[in-house]
Amino acid sequence: MTTTRRPYDDLAGLMTRMTGDEKHDHSATSTLDVLWVLYDRVLRIDPRAPDDPDRDRFLLSKGHGPMAYYAVLAAAGFLDDAQLDTFGEWDSRLGHHPDRVLVPGVEIGSGSLGHGLGLAVGTALGLRATGRDARTVVLVGDAELDEGSNIEAVQYAGRAGLDRLSAVVIDNASASQGWPGGIAARFAVEGWSTTDVDGRDHDALYRAFTSDPPGDRPHAVVAHVEPKES
Amino acid sequence: MSTATIEQTDAHLDDGPPPDARDRFYGLLPELVAADPRVAVVLAEIGASYLDPEKVAPVRDRVINLGIREQLLISTAGGLALAGLRPIVHTFAPFLLERPYEQVKLDLGHQDVGAVLVSAGGSYGWPAGGETHFGQRDVALLDTLSGWTVHVPGHADEAEEMLRDALRRDDRIYIRLDGLSNAAPGPVDGRMSVLRRGSRGTVVAVGPMADRTLAAVDGLDVTVLYASTVRPFDAGTLRRTLGAPDVVLVEPYLRDTSTAEVSRALGGIRHRTLGLGVGPDELRRYGTREQHDAAHGIDVEGIRRSVIDFLHP
Repeated sequence: MTTTRRPYDDLAGLMTRMTGDEKHDHSATSTLDVLWVLYDRVLRIDPRAPDDPDRDRFLLSKGHGPMAYYAVLAAAGFLDDAQLDTFGEWDSRLGHHPDRVLVPGVEIGSGSLGHGLGLAVGTALGLRATGRDARTVVLVGDAELDEGSNIEAVQYAGRAGLDRLSAVVIDNASASQGWPGGIAARFAVEGWSTTDVDGRDHDALYRAFTSDPPGDRPHAVVAHVEPKES
Repeated sequence: MSTATIEQTDAHLDDGPPPDARDRFYGLLPELVAADPRVAVVLAEIGASYLDPEKVAPVRDRVINLGIREQLLISTAGGLALAGLRPIVHTFAPFLLERPYEQVKLDLGHQDVGAVLVSAGGSYGWPAGGETHFGQRDVALLDTLSGWTVHVPGHADEAEEMLRDALRRDDRIYIRLDGLSNAAPGPVDGRMSVLRRGSRGTVVAVGPMADRTLAAVDGLDVTVLYASTVRPFDAGTLRRTLGAPDVVLVEPYLRDTSTAEVSRALGGIRHRTLGLGVGPDELRRYGTREQHDAAHGIDVEGIRRSVIDFLHP
Protein backbone atom coordinates (compact mmCIF):
# COMPACT_ATOMS: atom_id res chain seq x y z
CA MET A 1 0.00 0.00 0.00
CA THR A 2 1.30 3.43 -0.91
CA THR A 3 0.75 5.87 1.88
CA THR A 4 3.28 8.59 1.22
CA ARG A 5 1.93 11.88 0.06
CA ARG A 6 5.14 13.29 -1.30
CA PRO A 7 8.07 12.18 -3.46
CA TYR A 8 11.45 10.96 -2.32
CA ASP A 9 13.04 14.18 -3.51
CA ASP A 10 11.25 16.05 -0.73
CA LEU A 11 13.09 14.16 2.00
CA ALA A 12 16.32 16.12 1.81
CA GLY A 13 14.46 19.37 2.31
CA LEU A 14 12.50 17.92 5.23
CA MET A 15 15.71 16.74 6.86
CA THR A 16 17.35 20.13 6.65
CA ARG A 17 14.53 21.52 8.83
CA MET A 18 16.02 19.54 11.72
CA THR A 19 19.27 20.76 13.18
CA GLY A 20 21.29 20.20 16.31
CA ASP A 21 22.14 16.54 15.91
CA GLU A 22 25.04 16.70 13.48
CA LYS A 23 26.98 13.98 15.24
CA HIS A 24 24.41 11.50 14.02
CA ASP A 25 24.30 12.71 10.42
CA HIS A 26 25.81 9.59 8.92
CA SER A 27 23.67 7.12 10.79
CA ALA A 28 20.62 9.17 9.94
CA THR A 29 21.20 9.08 6.24
CA SER A 30 22.25 5.44 6.23
CA THR A 31 18.66 4.53 7.00
CA LEU A 32 17.01 6.94 4.60
CA ASP A 33 16.39 4.71 1.59
CA VAL A 34 15.29 1.70 3.60
CA LEU A 35 12.82 3.84 5.53
CA TRP A 36 11.54 5.39 2.34
CA VAL A 37 10.91 2.07 0.61
CA LEU A 38 9.21 0.63 3.69
CA TYR A 39 6.84 3.54 4.17
CA ASP A 40 6.28 4.20 0.48
CA ARG A 41 5.76 0.69 -0.81
CA VAL A 42 5.86 -2.04 1.82
CA LEU A 43 4.16 -1.29 5.12
CA ARG A 44 0.39 -1.52 5.46
CA ILE A 45 -0.15 1.59 7.54
CA ASP A 46 -2.44 4.59 7.40
CA PRO A 47 -1.76 7.88 9.19
CA ARG A 48 -5.52 8.34 9.50
CA ALA A 49 -5.73 5.14 11.58
CA PRO A 50 -2.41 4.92 13.42
CA ASP A 51 -3.85 2.56 16.05
CA ASP A 52 -5.45 0.07 13.67
CA PRO A 53 -4.75 -3.31 15.32
CA ASP A 54 -4.18 -4.85 11.89
CA ARG A 55 -1.56 -2.31 10.83
CA ASP A 56 1.94 -3.47 10.07
CA ARG A 57 4.40 -2.59 12.82
CA PHE A 58 7.65 -0.83 12.08
CA LEU A 59 10.03 -0.71 15.04
CA LEU A 60 13.03 1.58 14.74
CA SER A 61 15.44 -0.07 17.13
CA LYS A 62 18.37 2.10 16.07
CA GLY A 63 16.87 5.30 17.46
CA HIS A 64 20.02 7.35 16.97
CA GLY A 65 19.94 10.04 14.32
CA PRO A 66 16.19 9.90 13.65
CA MET A 67 16.05 12.78 11.16
CA ALA A 68 15.49 10.46 8.22
CA TYR A 69 12.76 8.69 10.21
CA TYR A 70 10.99 11.92 11.06
CA ALA A 71 11.30 13.13 7.49
CA VAL A 72 9.74 9.93 6.19
CA LEU A 73 6.99 10.10 8.81
CA ALA A 74 6.28 13.66 7.66
CA ALA A 75 6.22 12.59 4.05
CA ALA A 76 3.88 9.76 4.97
CA GLY A 77 1.48 12.09 6.74
CA PHE A 78 2.14 11.21 10.37
CA LEU A 79 3.78 14.56 11.14
CA ASP A 80 3.32 18.14 9.99
CA ASP A 81 6.38 19.64 8.35
CA ALA A 82 6.34 22.49 10.88
CA GLN A 83 6.92 20.01 13.70
CA LEU A 84 10.30 19.20 12.17
CA ASP A 85 11.46 22.73 12.95
CA THR A 86 11.08 22.04 16.68
CA PHE A 87 13.51 19.09 16.67
CA GLY A 88 15.01 18.64 20.14
CA GLU A 89 13.26 21.64 21.72
CA TRP A 90 11.65 21.59 25.16
CA ASP A 91 8.07 21.21 24.02
CA SER A 92 8.76 19.31 20.80
CA ARG A 93 7.45 15.83 20.12
CA LEU A 94 10.65 15.10 18.24
CA GLY A 95 13.65 14.21 20.37
CA HIS A 96 17.06 13.11 19.20
CA HIS A 97 15.76 9.66 20.00
CA PRO A 98 12.12 8.94 19.11
CA ASP A 99 9.44 8.41 21.77
CA ARG A 100 6.34 6.38 20.91
CA VAL A 101 4.30 8.21 23.51
CA LEU A 102 4.96 11.53 21.83
CA VAL A 103 5.13 10.84 18.08
CA PRO A 104 2.16 9.52 16.10
CA GLY A 105 3.10 6.48 14.07
CA VAL A 106 6.15 5.67 16.14
CA GLU A 107 5.74 2.15 17.54
CA ILE A 108 8.57 2.11 20.12
CA GLY A 109 10.65 4.60 22.00
CA SER A 110 14.29 3.84 21.22
CA GLY A 111 17.80 5.15 21.64
CA SER A 112 19.34 2.62 23.96
CA LEU A 113 20.55 -0.05 21.57
CA GLY A 114 19.53 -3.68 21.59
CA HIS A 115 15.87 -3.39 22.59
CA GLY A 116 13.98 -3.32 19.32
CA LEU A 117 14.51 -6.91 18.19
CA GLY A 118 13.21 -8.28 21.49
CA LEU A 119 10.22 -5.97 21.41
CA ALA A 120 9.62 -7.05 17.83
CA VAL A 121 9.66 -10.72 18.85
CA GLY A 122 7.02 -10.01 21.48
CA THR A 123 4.98 -7.97 19.03
CA ALA A 124 5.13 -10.72 16.41
CA LEU A 125 4.18 -13.35 18.99
CA GLY A 126 1.26 -11.21 20.12
CA LEU A 127 0.00 -10.61 16.60
CA ARG A 128 0.28 -14.30 15.84
CA ALA A 129 -1.51 -15.31 19.04
CA THR A 130 -4.39 -12.98 18.24
CA GLY A 131 -4.70 -14.26 14.68
CA ARG A 132 -3.58 -11.10 12.90
CA ASP A 133 -1.41 -11.39 9.80
CA ALA A 134 0.19 -7.96 10.20
CA ARG A 135 3.94 -7.80 9.63
CA THR A 136 6.48 -6.70 12.18
CA VAL A 137 9.58 -5.05 10.70
CA VAL A 138 12.42 -3.97 12.94
CA LEU A 139 15.40 -1.87 11.86
CA VAL A 140 18.74 -2.37 13.57
CA GLY A 141 22.26 -1.18 12.83
CA ASP A 142 25.29 -3.41 12.31
CA ALA A 143 27.03 -1.98 15.38
CA GLU A 144 23.84 -2.37 17.38
CA LEU A 145 24.13 -6.12 16.86
CA ASP A 146 27.09 -5.98 19.28
CA GLU A 147 24.49 -5.86 22.07
CA GLY A 148 23.99 -9.41 23.33
CA SER A 149 20.27 -8.92 23.77
CA ASN A 150 19.89 -9.09 19.99
CA ILE A 151 21.31 -12.56 19.92
CA GLU A 152 18.64 -13.81 22.32
CA ALA A 153 15.99 -12.43 19.98
CA VAL A 154 17.62 -13.76 16.80
CA GLN A 155 17.89 -17.23 18.31
CA TYR A 156 14.35 -17.39 19.62
CA ALA A 157 12.68 -15.89 16.54
CA GLY A 158 14.27 -18.59 14.42
CA ARG A 159 13.13 -21.42 16.71
CA ALA A 160 9.65 -19.98 16.98
CA GLY A 161 9.28 -19.66 13.20
CA LEU A 162 8.09 -16.07 13.34
CA ASP A 163 7.41 -15.82 9.62
CA ARG A 164 5.72 -12.40 9.89
CA LEU A 165 8.83 -10.89 11.45
CA SER A 166 11.49 -9.14 9.39
CA ALA A 167 14.69 -7.55 10.59
CA VAL A 168 16.48 -5.08 8.39
CA VAL A 169 20.09 -4.51 9.32
CA ILE A 170 21.65 -1.33 8.03
CA ASP A 171 25.25 -2.35 7.46
CA ASN A 172 27.48 0.67 7.19
CA ALA A 173 30.41 -1.23 8.70
CA SER A 174 30.29 0.77 11.89
CA ALA A 175 30.89 -2.12 14.32
CA SER A 176 34.42 -1.78 15.70
CA GLN A 177 35.14 -5.50 15.62
CA GLY A 178 33.04 -6.19 12.53
CA TRP A 179 31.12 -9.33 11.63
CA PRO A 180 33.48 -11.86 10.02
CA GLY A 181 31.62 -13.85 7.41
CA GLY A 182 28.96 -11.20 7.10
CA ILE A 183 25.85 -10.38 9.09
CA ALA A 184 23.43 -12.51 7.12
CA ALA A 185 25.26 -15.67 8.11
CA ARG A 186 24.54 -14.93 11.79
CA PHE A 187 20.84 -14.88 11.11
CA ALA A 188 20.90 -17.80 8.70
CA VAL A 189 22.52 -20.16 11.17
CA GLU A 190 19.67 -19.40 13.58
CA GLY A 191 17.05 -20.36 11.03
CA TRP A 192 16.24 -17.07 9.34
CA SER A 193 15.95 -16.58 5.61
CA THR A 194 18.31 -13.82 4.56
CA THR A 195 18.88 -11.38 1.73
CA ASP A 196 21.85 -9.13 1.15
CA VAL A 197 20.92 -6.05 -0.79
CA ASP A 198 22.18 -2.64 -1.83
CA GLY A 199 20.69 -0.37 0.79
CA ARG A 200 20.42 2.49 -1.71
CA ASP A 201 18.62 0.53 -4.45
CA HIS A 202 14.90 1.06 -3.99
CA ASP A 203 13.73 -1.69 -6.29
CA ALA A 204 16.16 -4.19 -4.78
CA LEU A 205 15.00 -3.24 -1.29
CA TYR A 206 11.38 -3.61 -2.33
CA ARG A 207 12.04 -7.08 -3.68
CA ALA A 208 13.93 -8.02 -0.52
CA PHE A 209 10.97 -7.06 1.64
CA THR A 210 8.24 -8.52 -0.51
CA SER A 211 9.60 -11.69 -2.09
CA ASP A 212 8.04 -14.51 -0.16
CA PRO A 213 10.82 -16.36 1.65
CA PRO A 214 10.45 -20.13 1.85
CA GLY A 215 9.21 -21.85 4.98
CA ASP A 216 7.99 -20.59 8.31
CA ARG A 217 10.99 -18.46 8.99
CA PRO A 218 11.68 -14.89 10.00
CA HIS A 219 13.42 -12.86 7.34
CA ALA A 220 16.56 -10.77 7.62
CA VAL A 221 17.41 -8.10 5.07
CA VAL A 222 20.97 -6.87 5.28
CA ALA A 223 21.04 -3.48 3.61
CA HIS A 224 24.60 -2.52 2.71
CA VAL A 225 25.38 1.17 2.49
CA GLU A 226 28.61 3.13 2.27
CA PRO A 227 30.86 2.68 5.34
CA LYS A 228 30.44 5.15 8.11
CA GLU A 229 33.19 7.76 8.07
CA SER A 230 35.05 7.68 11.33
CA MET B 1 4.18 -29.89 41.34
CA SER B 2 1.13 -31.42 39.72
CA THR B 3 -2.32 -29.93 39.91
CA ALA B 4 -3.50 -32.98 41.84
CA THR B 5 -0.99 -32.24 44.54
CA ILE B 6 -2.14 -28.66 44.71
CA GLU B 7 -5.77 -29.68 45.13
CA GLN B 8 -4.73 -32.14 47.78
CA THR B 9 -2.90 -29.37 49.61
CA ASP B 10 -5.98 -27.17 49.51
CA ALA B 11 -8.23 -29.97 50.74
CA HIS B 12 -6.06 -30.48 53.78
CA LEU B 13 -5.68 -26.82 54.60
CA ASP B 14 -6.95 -27.24 58.13
CA ASP B 15 -4.49 -30.00 58.90
CA GLY B 16 -1.26 -28.94 57.29
CA PRO B 17 0.81 -25.90 56.46
CA PRO B 18 -0.71 -23.07 54.40
CA PRO B 19 -0.63 -23.55 50.63
CA ASP B 20 2.49 -22.55 48.75
CA ALA B 21 1.94 -19.43 46.65
CA ARG B 22 4.21 -20.61 43.86
CA ASP B 23 2.39 -23.95 43.53
CA ARG B 24 -0.88 -22.07 43.46
CA PHE B 25 0.48 -19.77 40.75
CA TYR B 26 1.58 -22.63 38.50
CA GLY B 27 -1.72 -24.40 39.03
CA LEU B 28 -3.70 -21.30 38.07
CA LEU B 29 -1.75 -20.20 35.02
CA PRO B 30 -3.29 -22.44 32.34
CA GLU B 31 -6.86 -21.62 33.37
CA LEU B 32 -6.12 -17.89 33.57
CA VAL B 33 -4.72 -17.96 30.04
CA ALA B 34 -7.66 -20.01 28.79
CA ALA B 35 -10.20 -17.72 30.43
CA ASP B 36 -8.97 -14.50 28.81
CA PRO B 37 -7.67 -14.24 25.23
CA ARG B 38 -5.70 -11.17 26.26
CA VAL B 39 -3.51 -13.02 28.74
CA ALA B 40 -0.12 -14.47 27.81
CA VAL B 41 2.53 -16.12 29.98
CA VAL B 42 6.21 -15.55 29.27
CA LEU B 43 8.80 -17.83 30.87
CA ALA B 44 12.55 -18.28 30.72
CA GLU B 45 12.59 -21.99 31.58
CA ILE B 46 11.90 -21.43 35.28
CA GLY B 47 8.48 -22.88 36.03
CA ALA B 48 7.85 -24.24 32.55
CA SER B 49 8.06 -27.85 33.68
CA TYR B 50 5.55 -27.23 36.47
CA LEU B 51 2.72 -26.30 34.12
CA ASP B 52 0.24 -29.05 33.33
CA PRO B 53 0.98 -29.87 29.65
CA GLU B 54 -2.59 -31.00 28.95
CA LYS B 55 -4.03 -27.74 30.19
CA VAL B 56 -1.40 -25.70 28.36
CA ALA B 57 -1.93 -27.44 25.01
CA PRO B 58 -5.07 -25.50 23.97
CA VAL B 59 -3.43 -22.14 24.75
CA ARG B 60 0.09 -22.92 23.61
CA ASP B 61 0.29 -19.74 21.51
CA ARG B 62 0.03 -17.73 24.69
CA VAL B 63 2.29 -19.77 26.95
CA ILE B 64 5.74 -18.84 25.72
CA ASN B 65 8.95 -20.36 27.03
CA LEU B 66 11.85 -18.37 25.61
CA GLY B 67 14.63 -20.47 27.06
CA ILE B 68 17.16 -18.97 29.43
CA ARG B 69 16.97 -15.49 27.94
CA GLU B 70 15.95 -12.98 30.55
CA GLN B 71 16.59 -9.84 28.54
CA LEU B 72 14.32 -11.26 25.88
CA LEU B 73 11.85 -12.24 28.62
CA ILE B 74 11.08 -8.64 29.45
CA SER B 75 11.40 -7.30 25.90
CA THR B 76 8.96 -9.94 24.70
CA ALA B 77 6.52 -8.94 27.40
CA GLY B 78 6.84 -5.36 26.22
CA GLY B 79 6.16 -6.41 22.63
CA LEU B 80 3.17 -8.52 23.65
CA ALA B 81 1.75 -5.56 25.53
CA LEU B 82 2.31 -3.32 22.50
CA ALA B 83 0.28 -5.86 20.51
CA GLY B 84 -2.55 -5.55 23.01
CA LEU B 85 -1.94 -8.57 25.23
CA ARG B 86 -1.57 -8.77 28.99
CA PRO B 87 1.69 -10.59 29.71
CA ILE B 88 2.45 -12.45 32.92
CA VAL B 89 6.22 -12.76 33.30
CA HIS B 90 7.79 -15.15 35.75
CA THR B 91 11.15 -16.24 37.05
CA PHE B 92 13.25 -15.81 40.21
CA ALA B 93 13.57 -12.21 41.33
CA PRO B 94 17.24 -11.62 40.42
CA PHE B 95 16.64 -12.86 36.87
CA LEU B 96 13.34 -11.01 36.58
CA LEU B 97 14.51 -7.61 37.76
CA GLU B 98 18.27 -7.40 38.15
CA ARG B 99 19.65 -8.98 35.00
CA PRO B 100 17.15 -7.29 32.66
CA TYR B 101 16.79 -4.08 34.64
CA GLU B 102 17.19 -1.86 31.60
CA GLN B 103 14.55 -3.86 29.77
CA VAL B 104 12.19 -3.35 32.71
CA LYS B 105 12.94 0.36 32.60
CA LEU B 106 12.71 0.85 28.85
CA ASP B 107 10.72 -1.99 27.30
CA LEU B 108 7.90 -1.66 29.83
CA GLY B 109 8.23 1.74 31.52
CA HIS B 110 9.50 3.91 28.69
CA GLN B 111 7.16 2.22 26.20
CA ASP B 112 4.35 3.07 28.62
CA VAL B 113 2.98 -0.46 28.60
CA GLY B 114 2.05 -2.81 31.39
CA ALA B 115 2.88 -6.32 32.50
CA VAL B 116 2.43 -8.55 35.51
CA LEU B 117 5.81 -9.61 36.84
CA VAL B 118 5.63 -12.54 39.24
CA SER B 119 8.78 -13.62 41.04
CA ALA B 120 9.45 -16.66 43.19
CA GLY B 121 11.83 -17.54 45.93
CA GLY B 122 11.55 -14.42 48.07
CA SER B 123 14.80 -13.13 49.50
CA TYR B 124 16.43 -16.49 50.22
CA GLY B 125 13.86 -19.16 49.55
CA TRP B 126 16.69 -21.47 48.51
CA PRO B 127 19.34 -20.67 51.11
CA ALA B 128 21.75 -23.31 49.91
CA GLY B 129 21.60 -21.75 46.45
CA GLY B 130 23.47 -18.74 47.73
CA GLU B 131 23.85 -15.17 46.56
CA THR B 132 23.16 -15.76 42.87
CA HIS B 133 19.56 -16.69 43.66
CA PHE B 134 18.86 -14.26 46.50
CA GLY B 135 16.22 -11.69 45.67
CA GLN B 136 16.09 -9.18 48.51
CA ARG B 137 16.88 -6.16 46.32
CA ASP B 138 13.77 -6.48 44.16
CA VAL B 139 11.42 -3.94 45.70
CA ALA B 140 14.19 -1.38 46.22
CA LEU B 141 15.20 -1.77 42.59
CA LEU B 142 11.62 -1.21 41.38
CA ASP B 143 11.55 1.89 43.57
CA THR B 144 13.99 3.48 41.13
CA LEU B 145 11.23 3.29 38.51
CA SER B 146 7.80 4.85 38.50
CA GLY B 147 4.33 3.51 37.98
CA TRP B 148 4.75 0.12 39.59
CA THR B 149 2.29 -1.50 41.95
CA VAL B 150 4.13 -3.88 44.27
CA HIS B 151 2.25 -6.70 45.97
CA VAL B 152 3.90 -8.75 48.71
CA PRO B 153 1.30 -11.39 49.48
CA GLY B 154 1.55 -13.14 52.82
CA HIS B 155 -0.60 -16.09 51.77
CA ALA B 156 -1.39 -18.00 48.58
CA ASP B 157 -5.02 -16.83 48.67
CA GLU B 158 -3.83 -13.23 48.68
CA ALA B 159 -1.48 -13.94 45.79
CA GLU B 160 -4.30 -15.50 43.77
CA GLU B 161 -6.59 -12.55 44.33
CA MET B 162 -3.83 -10.10 43.43
CA LEU B 163 -3.05 -12.02 40.26
CA ARG B 164 -6.67 -12.14 39.16
CA ASP B 165 -7.02 -8.43 39.82
CA ALA B 166 -3.78 -7.66 37.98
CA LEU B 167 -5.09 -9.38 34.84
CA ARG B 168 -8.10 -7.07 34.79
CA ARG B 169 -5.81 -4.06 34.70
CA ASP B 170 -3.31 -2.65 32.20
CA ASP B 171 -0.57 -1.21 34.34
CA ARG B 172 2.76 -2.44 35.69
CA ILE B 173 2.41 -4.82 38.60
CA TYR B 174 4.92 -6.85 40.55
CA ILE B 175 3.77 -9.79 42.65
CA ARG B 176 6.47 -11.07 44.97
CA LEU B 177 6.02 -14.75 45.79
CA ASP B 178 7.79 -16.30 48.74
CA GLY B 179 7.81 -19.79 50.19
CA LEU B 180 6.90 -18.12 53.46
CA SER B 181 3.27 -17.79 54.44
CA ASN B 182 1.13 -16.57 57.27
CA ALA B 183 -1.39 -19.08 58.64
CA ALA B 184 -4.37 -17.18 57.26
CA PRO B 185 -4.88 -14.69 54.43
CA GLY B 186 -5.40 -10.99 55.03
CA PRO B 187 -7.16 -8.32 52.99
CA VAL B 188 -5.74 -7.39 49.58
CA ASP B 189 -7.45 -4.09 48.86
CA GLY B 190 -4.19 -2.17 48.71
CA ARG B 191 -4.75 -0.74 52.18
CA MET B 192 -2.93 -1.59 55.36
CA SER B 193 -5.11 -3.32 57.90
CA VAL B 194 -4.92 -2.99 61.68
CA LEU B 195 -3.93 -6.29 63.32
CA ARG B 196 -3.85 -4.84 66.82
CA ARG B 197 -3.75 -1.46 68.53
CA GLY B 198 -1.35 -0.01 71.11
CA SER B 199 -0.07 3.34 72.28
CA ARG B 200 3.74 3.26 72.16
CA GLY B 201 4.28 3.16 68.43
CA THR B 202 3.43 1.35 65.20
CA VAL B 203 4.95 -1.78 63.72
CA VAL B 204 4.24 -2.30 60.01
CA ALA B 205 4.48 -5.97 59.04
CA VAL B 206 4.80 -6.63 55.33
CA GLY B 207 3.39 -9.79 53.71
CA PRO B 208 4.75 -13.02 55.18
CA MET B 209 6.25 -11.18 58.16
CA ALA B 210 2.83 -10.71 59.79
CA ASP B 211 2.56 -13.83 61.94
CA ARG B 212 6.07 -13.60 63.31
CA THR B 213 5.71 -9.88 63.96
CA LEU B 214 2.56 -10.47 65.99
CA ALA B 215 4.39 -13.15 67.93
CA ALA B 216 7.34 -10.83 68.45
CA VAL B 217 5.29 -8.00 69.96
CA ASP B 218 3.16 -10.26 72.13
CA GLY B 219 2.40 -8.36 75.34
CA LEU B 220 3.90 -5.10 74.03
CA ASP B 221 1.82 -1.91 73.83
CA VAL B 222 2.15 -1.28 70.09
CA THR B 223 -0.06 -1.01 67.04
CA VAL B 224 0.56 -3.56 64.32
CA LEU B 225 -0.42 -2.82 60.73
CA TYR B 226 -0.40 -5.40 57.96
CA ALA B 227 0.60 -4.42 54.42
CA SER B 228 0.30 -6.88 51.53
CA THR B 229 0.66 -4.07 48.97
CA VAL B 230 3.62 -1.76 49.52
CA ARG B 231 3.54 0.38 46.37
CA PRO B 232 1.69 2.58 46.35
CA PHE B 233 2.42 2.86 50.05
CA ASP B 234 -0.72 3.37 52.12
CA ALA B 235 0.36 6.55 53.88
CA GLY B 236 -3.25 7.37 54.77
CA THR B 237 -3.78 4.40 57.06
CA LEU B 238 -0.40 4.90 58.69
CA ARG B 239 -1.20 8.52 59.49
CA ARG B 240 -4.79 7.81 60.53
CA THR B 241 -3.83 5.07 62.98
CA LEU B 242 -0.69 6.75 64.24
CA GLY B 243 -0.39 7.18 68.00
CA ALA B 244 3.17 7.79 69.14
CA PRO B 245 4.99 8.89 65.95
CA ASP B 246 7.50 6.05 66.07
CA VAL B 247 7.36 3.46 63.31
CA VAL B 248 9.07 0.12 62.85
CA LEU B 249 9.01 -1.48 59.40
CA VAL B 250 9.33 -5.26 59.20
CA GLU B 251 9.98 -6.13 55.56
CA PRO B 252 10.98 -9.51 54.11
CA TYR B 253 13.40 -7.89 51.66
CA LEU B 254 16.21 -5.33 51.79
CA ARG B 255 16.19 -3.40 55.07
CA ASP B 256 14.92 0.19 54.83
CA THR B 257 13.32 -0.34 51.43
CA SER B 258 10.20 1.51 52.61
CA THR B 259 11.83 3.89 55.07
CA ALA B 260 11.59 6.71 52.55
CA GLU B 261 7.88 5.99 52.17
CA VAL B 262 7.38 6.35 55.92
CA SER B 263 9.39 9.55 55.80
CA ARG B 264 7.12 10.92 53.09
CA ALA B 265 3.98 9.71 54.86
CA LEU B 266 4.96 11.46 58.09
CA GLY B 267 6.80 14.35 56.49
CA GLY B 268 5.02 17.02 58.47
CA ILE B 269 5.37 15.21 61.78
CA ARG B 270 8.41 14.94 64.03
CA HIS B 271 8.90 11.17 63.98
CA ARG B 272 11.35 8.28 64.21
CA THR B 273 11.62 5.24 61.96
CA LEU B 274 13.39 1.90 62.31
CA GLY B 275 13.72 -0.36 59.30
CA LEU B 276 14.05 -4.11 59.77
CA GLY B 277 14.69 -6.51 56.93
CA VAL B 278 17.46 -8.25 55.06
CA GLY B 279 20.81 -6.55 55.65
CA PRO B 280 22.87 -5.18 52.78
CA ASP B 281 26.00 -7.26 53.30
CA GLU B 282 26.61 -10.53 51.51
CA LEU B 283 26.82 -13.13 54.28
CA ARG B 284 28.28 -15.96 52.17
CA ARG B 285 26.24 -18.40 54.22
CA TYR B 286 23.96 -21.24 53.14
CA GLY B 287 22.03 -23.26 55.73
CA THR B 288 18.34 -22.69 56.30
CA ARG B 289 15.94 -19.82 55.86
CA GLU B 290 15.57 -19.68 59.63
CA GLN B 291 19.30 -19.19 60.03
CA HIS B 292 19.22 -16.32 57.56
CA ASP B 293 16.24 -14.76 59.34
CA ALA B 294 18.15 -14.88 62.61
CA ALA B 295 21.30 -13.47 61.03
CA HIS B 296 19.34 -10.51 59.67
CA GLY B 297 17.41 -10.02 62.90
CA ILE B 298 14.01 -10.72 61.42
CA ASP B 299 13.17 -13.89 63.31
CA VAL B 300 10.72 -13.54 66.21
CA GLU B 301 13.45 -12.90 68.76
CA GLY B 302 15.28 -10.40 66.61
CA ILE B 303 12.16 -8.40 65.83
CA ARG B 304 11.15 -8.38 69.51
CA ARG B 305 14.59 -7.23 70.59
CA SER B 306 14.65 -4.41 68.03
CA VAL B 307 11.12 -3.24 68.79
CA ILE B 308 11.82 -3.11 72.54
CA ASP B 309 15.11 -1.26 72.04
CA PHE B 310 13.52 1.29 69.73
CA LEU B 311 10.07 1.87 71.19
CA HIS B 312 10.52 0.96 74.88
CA PRO B 313 6.97 -0.33 74.87
